[in-house]
Amino acid sequence: MAAVVQSSGQDPAAGDSALGPFALFRVVFQRDLQVGLRRWTDASNSALFFILVVTLFPLAVSPKADVLRMLAPGVIWIAALLATLLSLHLLFRADLEDGTLEQLLTLPYPLGWMLLAKTLAHWVMTGVPVIIMAPVLAITYHLPASAVGILTLSLLLGTPTLSLLGSIGAALTSGLRGAGVLLAFIVAPLMLPVLMLGARATDLALAGEDVTGPLYLLGAFLVLAVSLVPVATAGAIRISAD
Amino acid sequence: MWTWFFRLASPPHFYALAGRLSTWLLAPAAVLLVIGTWGGLILAPPDYQQGDAFRIIYVHVPSAYLSMLIYVTMAVAGAIGLIWRMKLAHAVAASCAPIGASFTFAALVTGAVWGKPMWGTYWEWDPRLTSELVLLFLYFGYMGLRGAFENLTQADRASAVLAIAGVVNVPIIHFSVIWWASLHQGPTLSKLEAPSISGDMLWPLLTMILAFTFFFLGVLAMRVRAEVLEREVQSRWAQDVLRGASPVGVN
Repeated sequence: MAAVVQSSGQDPAAGDSALGPFALFRVVFQRDLQVGLRRWTDASNSALFFILVVTLFPLAVSPKADVLRMLAPGVIWIAALLATLLSLHLLFRADLEDGTLEQLLTLPYPLGWMLLAKTLAHWVMTGVPVIIMAPVLAITYHLPASAVGILTLSLLLGTPTLSLLGSIGAALTSGLRGAGVLLAFIVAPLMLPVLMLGARATDLALAGEDVTGPLYLLGAFLVLAVSLVPVATAGAIRISAD
Repeated sequence: MWTWFFRLASPPHFYALAGRLSTWLLAPAAVLLVIGTWGGLILAPPDYQQGDAFRIIYVHVPSAYLSMLIYVTMAVAGAIGLIWRMKLAHAVAASCAPIGASFTFAALVTGAVWGKPMWGTYWEWDPRLTSELVLLFLYFGYMGLRGAFENLTQADRASAVLAIAGVVNVPIIHFSVIWWASLHQGPTLSKLEAPSISGDMLWPLLTMILAFTFFFLGVLAMRVRAEVLEREVQSRWAQDVLRGASPVGVN
């Protein structure tokens, strides 16, 4: 981190050589994205799990087009939620183990802002593949094009919120051994509104009705999460890193 | 002037106080329970629609009310512990959780038992029932998170953060019957309007709510005593109590 601060053109020997907020965000985001891309197999696990879950339903329930069309919004959203839950442990564990998280705590920058950048990088690695795969899988569920579009839009609005809400649980359990299911259990209740709104928006699109209500609510949840969750996650990180 | 208040935060003083309080809370609870049960089961007339089956309201409503009250208590105690770093507040929060989970379970089960004759089904995925079930999950998540930490301070603070994050569910449960068209009936008791239940059915209900609340506070006092003793087991006052040298702690 120190090398990057110097190379950004500031003189560290001078009095106030702090990074501006957007530069700081970019630094943390880029670093986390680079590290994540190096271990791209970790992130691809969640996309593969997403595909797996979506594949299971036609095999176990029914391959008939009308049944699948009815199931599609809920199933695809549930699979996206499960894929998020599965990938959350990646968010802080590596950094906690090698001490980078404690280095972040000692920096004179707002912890919540840096954690927001980390969570965004995590979402790019784990959420964006889900958003890309979702339309393909929706077509296999015989969803019409309009519904596929709304589904993708709802996932675009909803998965960052899921990642953010999950980051609270990831921060609380990052120091614990074998806390995978516990993590899922404590964040899942918080994620329920997003799940219900996303599935509902797609259902409405399928019925040809007005989808603006749920989509606006999803957007509202995203804005709420972006503003409030980093505070909670920062608090939780301080607790876990003790 | 505020010495009595600050002395409350001292474990040995609280241990003694809670010992005295628990008898003063559980005795009225027992009395009110008897009065409320007699009033509800015998004195109150049968409902014109539901007959005698409505009487489970005298267990269901107090349980549900307490399930939410206890969660809020847990969240507030956790917040006090986080902000003012009071160990005792964390002990109170930890003690609340099993009591709250039990009342939530009781509310769900008595609701199911009531639902079968009334609605024809034990369960329905409507907003109130679902959010009450989510409350049960929140309690279990709280207890699970607490148990997963080896360091007690970390456990206290992490579970306090979780409780505060989950408290948003309580208004959702409370207002769910107003915000959404729900199978569950609307609010009977309201702060500003006349209750929509007849008087001779109402007073046993209020008595039972009060009885359950006293019961919760009495049991909470007993649990916090045990929790405080366990946390402070290395200290001298606790050793004295355990040896029997000083039965009530510092007075």
